[in-house]
Amino acid sequence: MFDKDMVAGIDIGSRSIELVVLNSGGVVRREKLPTTFDPLGQCRKLVEGLEGVRVVATGYGRKLFAESFPGLNVSAITEIQAYALGVKFLHPEAGTVLDIGGQDTKVISLSGSGKVVKFEMNDRCAAGTGKFLEFMAVALQVPIETFGEFALRSERRVQISSMCAVFAESEATSLMARGERAENIAMGLHAAIISRTIAMLRRVGASPPLVFAGGVAHNPCAVRLLEEQLGQPVSVPENPDMVGAIGAALYGRNGSIQ
Amino acid sequence: MANSYDAMWEKLNLDLDAHSGLLEVLGKFYGDIHASQQGRLRGMEYLDFVLSEVHGLRIKELQEAKAAGRIVVGTFCVFVPEEIVLAAGGIQVGLCAGAEIGNEQAEKVLPRNTCALIKSFVGFKLARLCPYIESCDLIVGETTCDGKKKAYEIFSDYSPVHVMEIPQMKKASDRVLWKSEVLGFKNKVEEMTGKKITAQSLKDAIHLVNGRRLVLQRLNRLRAAVPVPISGRDALLINQISFYDDPVRFTAKIGELCDELAERVKAGEGVVPKGTRRLMLSGCPMAVPNWKLPYVIESSGAVIVGEESCIGTRNTRDLVKETGTTVEEMVEALVDRYMRIDCACFTPNTERLENVVDMARELKVDGVIHYGLSFCQPYAIEAFKVEKALGKAGISMLSIETDYSMEDVEQLKTRVEAFVEMTS
Repeated sequence: MFDKDMVAGIDIGSRSIELVVLNSGGVVRREKLPTTFDPLGQCRKLVEGLEGVRVVATGYGRKLFAESFPGLNVSAITEIQAYALGVKFLHPEAGTVLDIGGQDTKVISLSGSGKVVKFEMNDRCAAGTGKFLEFMAVALQVPIETFGEFALRSERRVQISSMCAVFAESEATSLMARGERAENIAMGLHAAIISRTIAMLRRVGASPPLVFAGGVAHNPCAVRLLEEQLGQPVSVPENPDMVGAIGAALYGRNGSIQ
Repeated sequence: MANSYDAMWEKLNLDLDAHSGLLEVLGKFYGDIHASQQGRLRGMEYLDFVLSEVHGLRIKELQEAKAAGRIVVGTFCVFVPEEIVLAAGGIQVGLCAGAEIGNEQAEKVLPRNTCALIKSFVGFKLARLCPYIESCDLIVGETTCDGKKKAYEIFSDYSPVHVMEIPQMKKASDRVLWKSEVLGFKNKVEEMTGKKITAQSLKDAIHLVNGRRLVLQRLNRLRAAVPVPISGRDALLINQISFYDDPVRFTAKIGELCDELAERVKAGEGVVPKGTRRLMLSGCPMAVPNWKLPYVIESSGAVIVGEESCIGTRNTRDLVKETGTTVEEMVEALVDRYMRIDCACFTPNTERLENVVDMARELKVDGVIHYGLSFCQPYAIEAFKVEKALGKAGISMLSIETDYSMEDVEQLKTRVEAFVEMTS
């Protein structure tokens, strides 16, 4: 089991924690757990058996993780760096990275060599992130996993103007009260977050090709709307929520940013 | 020890319970952010002392000066010419507006979406927590932005306020306006002190304030060294304290601190490990005790080597010409000097773009962090132009918009760390 080339990346986000272990041949382990109210306990489960392996942590819990596992060989990088590295590895042609996670949306512009040139991140408010969709899926009583398909069954796109989850919920409620179909409202909610994302992409410059990662990249409606509004194809990695963990592990392997 | 000032604070009508809570928080905050640093200069003891006595000894001095017939003038902006106040025998203090204090009270008279600095000074007043405000015989407001302009109207219900109109352009007619504002302020101060400003008193005052600017310029030249000999937090603190400590004492003490810095630079000693990224701050002022962003930056593998801000180079870059011999000539020199301030309230404001780029180059920074207070429109809009100008010069910029609350510290850390990684 102990391969000296083995490195691990762990991405401790607001909603889920992902672990990826690489050896010289590629990915040897890939796991994901919900963050819960006990992120350290969840991390402990994930890193079991990794004593002696270099671990690179990223995500909001990166500092806490580095402080809490003194027995492991841990370093930490930001999600921006981790996503840039992960995407460059999986899609070497990428010009721009979009990551919509549980509470953050990030847009990263990459140079030809994969270096971060510029990035944008939403401020303290989680408007326009995965959390917003999750909140709205609950309001419409649709499981979050199928919320995108549900929205794609809409007949028309109703306008949702509020980006605040609380205001948007009351907007959705009043639409329902007027007899609007839930699918149409769901589509309107998706369109609202994608138009906000497009504005961020434009600010960074967003040179194609665009790679869409993070948990929300699983959502087919988000992908379709992005492609429609950008007028260009969008690539989604096979396991879009694992990209940060892969990037962190790659950082550990190369020992540097490049 | 603090209790020995209770009687004074009570006389100033402070809310004693809330005030002691504030001092406790401030002391802890200072300890965490400043006093805990490694390798600080001996000269910082003066600043530790001044800060530990920020509401004590300095207020006592102000009260004693008032008892001796001097007036105390409080300001919130680097446009108010301190030379005038000093020449008339008064004392000027830059009032702090850097803490989230009295927000609830402030929001009773101000809209919620008002910038943190304005909310803070109104909050300090309404919550009766600032002994400086309570010591002032006059508060001087100015029209640098709509928020401040309108807030002074509200403030004047609680304190005597004199508002100076700051021009928004730099045409000949604007200079005429500014000169009349300076003369109006001079009359106001003379009327209050009952003292006529003389050529000698104005000359001395100009020399005194220039002396303080010169020592801060020297500090800035010394800290530009590689490796960096002083943390950005400490340098910011020195700039912050320059607004309220006695100018003669301050200039002498910072002169000594600079001597110590010069030795350190000569010996090639730095305060941060090799490879620490050199960053510059640009944008809105950081009033005491707003140390949030500098702390985040300096805990993320970077060191701040300059502040392009009103509590920084915007306040110290330009001197008043000392060649005048008559009051009239000296007033002209003052008008010229203050008209050179490159505040974002001016349009156009190309000088600022040039100054930011020049400063970033001279300081050999790895990047610039633009700091805007939420709802500060002039700086928020100018941030785009600053980024473009820096981009042309091949310098990266990160734009941060925040306020005094701590709720976004984690997000700020991620962005600042990512910026540091990006410039590495």
